[in-house]
Amino acid sequence: MLTRLAWQLINMDIKEITRILEADIVYGEALNREITKVAAADLMSDVLSFSKEGALLLTGLTNSQVIRTAEMSDIGVICFVRGKKPQKNMLELGKERGIPLLATKLSMYEACGRLYQKGLQGCECN
Amino acid sequence: MTEVTKVQELVYELKLRDVMKKDVFSVAPGMQMSELREIFRTRRISGAPVLDGDRLAGIISIEDFIRWLSDGGKECRISEKMSKRVETFYSDDTLVHALNKMEAAGFGRFPIIDRQTGGMCGIVTKGNIIEALLKELEIDFHEEEIRRYRASHIFEDIRADKSTLIFQYRIAGELSEAGTTSSGLKTTLKRLGFHPDIVRRSAIIAYEAETNVLINAKEGKMVVRVEPAEIYMKIEDKGPGIPDVEKVMEPGFSTAPDWVRELGFGAGMGLPNIKKCSDKMVLNSTVGKGTCLEATVDIRQPQ
Ligand SMILES: Nc1ncnc2c1ncn2[C@@H]1O[C@H](COP(=O)(O)OP(=O)(O)OP(=O)(O)O)[C@@H](O)[C@H]1O
Ligand SMILES: [Mg+2]
Repeated sequence: MLTRLAWQLINMDIKEITRILEADIVYGEALNREITKVAAADLMSDVLSFSKEGALLLTGLTNSQVIRTAEMSDIGVICFVRGKKPQKNMLELGKERGIPLLATKLSMYEACGRLYQKGLQGCECN
Repeated sequence: MTEVTKVQELVYELKLRDVMKKDVFSVAPGMQMSELREIFRTRRISGAPVLDGDRLAGIISIEDFIRWLSDGGKECRISEKMSKRVETFYSDDTLVHALNKMEAAGFGRFPIIDRQTGGMCGIVTKGNIIEALLKELEIDFHEEEIRRYRASHIFEDIRADKSTLIFQYRIAGELSEAGTTSSGLKTTLKRLGFHPDIVRRSAIIAYEAETNVLINAKEGKMVVRVEPAEIYMKIEDKGPGIPDVEKVMEPGFSTAPDWVRELGFGAGMGLPNIKKCSDKMVLNSTVGKGTCLEATVDIRQPQ
């Protein structure tokens, strides 16, 4: 019960996330987002089925569909794993939609592990 | 309660001067009745204000003209046959005031008077108001749709809490560009003031259906009806159809080829997602003919 409460108090901003994931901010330096939940997936319908509003999405996919998916499901921030950089038209769309984009060299597993360790929850928890 | 709150806000905010038609064709009281035949015919109008200088003297309508004809058509001045008791609005009246009065009056063309000068400065019809509202909401509309709104008396209905707005989208193009249709719909629903959860669920339904159409049928159309109790969406295509509509509802079932999977589709979660996001869903399909998906989202109880 107590840990649960403590977990709910954990929210991080983009700066904190980039520190944990050793990530670069590709777009959205100036944008302010509070992250409380994380989703990780490479298939967009998976994201649409379980993600929560405002969540951080970790993905290895770097095309425009990621932005569209984030837009439809109100994802707060996207972080690309495994050193992938967003494609140009994707970056444009991300800017247009005001969705911050991060990039980390870490693998999906490592990225998830670090965030989990810091107390961030998955989207299936309430 | 209908949730078309943005529209409701606008009808209180906007003034008639924002929506009225400014360059109005008018006639003079001294003109002859017989001159009207040509005027109505060539200008394709059904009535005109009668102006004495910039003062509104009356209104002459095609009905007045026909009555005059059937009474023998004896030549006389327009001022003798026009209706002098004209309902007018001031240019600083709100839309809601005008809509209320229009409904009570049962007709819809009103001259607008400038409160300061007392002169006529424009004219307003329901059509003007609807066009202005849609423009304000930045909703893409077609002439045909405006006619439909007009026919469905949307603004009387908004106050009666039974409004219907219809949006139509064509789904076509590259799969890599998928989402434009759903994005447009999402923006519209947001502007209409729906609860974020309702907007999100509707957007996911639209997006999953849009990608399915692009992958399997290349093109199709989406019709969205915003009704008092629900958002109804119908997505149709003339593609290959689905042999087993029960099978495709299973989470994980997918026939997506590699090029589709490379773009991030093919989890086999699209249709299950649609089902989860909607309050009612019907999938109909005939092999060789096409597929029709209907989904509704309840809007009575915001979550
Ligand atoms: N409009 C359609 N026309 C023909 N077949 C369809 C249509 N929509 C869906 N299907 C069939 O149903 C299957 C399941 O669809 P669903 O949307 O659930 O998953 P998917 O599109 O394969 O993957 P995902 O949506 O998770 O990216 C599809 O693979 C396809 O065979
Ligand atoms: Mg699909």
